[in-house]
Amino acid sequence: MTRLRTAAALLAVIYAAAAAAAFLAPYSPTEQNRRFPFAPPMTLRFVDASGRFHVRPFVYSLVPRANTFDVYDEDRTRAHAIRFFVTGARYRFAGLVPSSRHLVGIDGPERLFLMGSDEYGRDVFSRLLHGAGISLGAGLLAAAVAVGLGLVAGGAAGFHGGVVDNAVMRGAELMMAVPSLYLLLAVRAALPLHLEPAETFVLLVTVVGVVGWARPARLVRAVVLSARTRDFVVAARSSGASNTRVLARHVLPETTGVALTQFALLVPQCILAEVTLSFFGLGVSEPVASWGSMLADLQRFHILAAGHWWLFSPGVAILAVFLLYYAITDALHQRLMLRS
Amino acid sequence: MRPLRYLCYRALHSVLVLVAASVLLFAVLQAVPGDFLDDLRLNPQISPETVAVLRRQYGMDEPVPTQYFRWAASVVRGEFGFSLLYNRPVGPLLRERAINTLLLTVTATLLAWSAAVPIGAMTARRRGTLVDRATGVAVAFLVAVPDLLLALVLLLLATDLGGLPAGGMVSPGMVSGAGWERVRDVVTHLALPALALSLLLAPVVVRHVRASLIEALDAPFIQAARAAGASDRRLVYRHALRAAATPIVSLLGLSIGSLLSASIAVEAIMSWPGMGPLLLEAIHARDVHLVVGVALASTCFLLAGNLVADGLVFLVDPRTRS
Repeated sequence: MTRLRTAAALLAVIYAAAAAAAFLAPYSPTEQNRRFPFAPPMTLRFVDASGRFHVRPFVYSLVPRANTFDVYDEDRTRAHAIRFFVTGARYRFAGLVPSSRHLVGIDGPERLFLMGSDEYGRDVFSRLLHGAGISLGAGLLAAAVAVGLGLVAGGAAGFHGGVVDNAVMRGAELMMAVPSLYLLLAVRAALPLHLEPAETFVLLVTVVGVVGWARPARLVRAVVLSARTRDFVVAARSSGASNTRVLARHVLPETTGVALTQFALLVPQCILAEVTLSFFGLGVSEPVASWGSMLADLQRFHILAAGHWWLFSPGVAILAVFLLYYAITDALHQRLMLRS
Repeated sequence: MRPLRYLCYRALHSVLVLVAASVLLFAVLQAVPGDFLDDLRLNPQISPETVAVLRRQYGMDEPVPTQYFRWAASVVRGEFGFSLLYNRPVGPLLRERAINTLLLTVTATLLAWSAAVPIGAMTARRRGTLVDRATGVAVAFLVAVPDLLLALVLLLLATDLGGLPAGGMVSPGMVSGAGWERVRDVVTHLALPALALSLLLAPVVVRHVRASLIEALDAPFIQAARAAGASDRRLVYRHALRAAATPIVSLLGLSIGSLLSASIAVEAIMSWPGMGPLLLEAIHARDVHLVVGVALASTCFLLAGNLVADGLVFLVDPRTRS
């Protein structure tokens, strides 16, 4: 129980951070600093060169080392204190409220790289936060689409039986006969390659959602089938309730448990689907940040082999989110086991 | 006689699924705006007339049903359509890549299962001990690791530590080699992707083996065997494992889909010339026949794997034979 609550609370924090990315991130995800490619994460310091302690943490300026392009030294003479609620790039909070305040930052033209920078000198921390919005948002919406389609298809199949049932179940079987990623890629192949970022997002959600409907549909159908013969449904029918009313008021509420567990199981799969598509250049692409498009940089061998470990941070973020989701599904599963 | 009939029924069913899948894929893929010739259209040195001629030559101006039946006829000839990207029939191309994917996935499955079954048995026997809990934590962690991240990290480690070739299937000088040298070369190239894939597969198997064995160990016949003086080891490996064999073996069938999916990422990142990279290339080039071919081949693998797993269940569980 406590594990379930802790995991859910931590996930809520992550989703909130993704929603408030524009404010929490010091910079715009697409702002380039060509003088600082592959800058390592800056060290937050409290003690300065003369040994004095500061309550407010600070960072030193980075200076590119001569004749290199991705090695930096700290300039101990130029310290920048970390400031809160600084003014920076303009954005619209939640797409509505215009603002230019950012939670953290440093004064002057220099940049604060909390998690280092990528090959164009873009702040990885800012991109990670903005990418979370895309990757987690796409996962959530796609899982909702999949479960929604599953409810409609499975509900119709279980309730009406006959031809509808046969058609839906054969369709589900067909979807599940193709290995999931192959199916996802094949469906993606059927759509235009180059699109606007917003279109791409809608397309990703649709593709991932449509590919995932089969399993929830089968489970929903089973629940509906058994619910249809229960006494309270028969009672509702005998008192003259219409088909629609029986389905909406008495049968579908029975599927809540299945729908929710399927949703919790599907979200991480859908996140991974978005990440995989973007990783292979079939989803969100440059310069928009998603966890997949950020990891895609590592496909180029010289970037991977250079050992810029902070570029792996989107992978670690995915891992953390997955661990939390699995903790939740495990806890839900155990609870259901105890109940039965 | 009955199992044979069942097998025939399943095989027929698989063929029907494949036909349905091919119709669906074809319909969806042909409905797309844009085709393989898009890049040529953008080239100012190629006239629209040339593109039109090419379209006619490739049969792309015919109605979709006609195109489908022409494709189906080429399947019968073993060609599986024509790849515009590679300028050769899809069939032979697919066969090469499918064998490589098969080599990788079968090796990884063998590796994963031969490590996971003893580990699962060990943790089931020592339920609740420190070893069991530590393994449980490690397994829970590994299950959550995304395939992309694992493949990237392993590739980075391999390049840092050296020793293993980082990508590809044969060394540049070995392309035309033959015999023992070539086998050794392929095996060293296989090590890294096979390790990555088995690390993705093994934790699921460990969990499943442990759960199935624990259920079997709770059965009364185990108590009886214990009372008769059977050793702990004999109890697990001789009695419980046999009773748990059916659920364990059926996981083999269930895991093939995820194995093939994970294989795409590993193959693409480690440049293993399997079906995964081929599919990605085909999508980027809009090579419809190649996309359909690869997707159908993977479906074939999944269906065949399920048949094999069913056969194994049939072998280990005498109850299914009556």
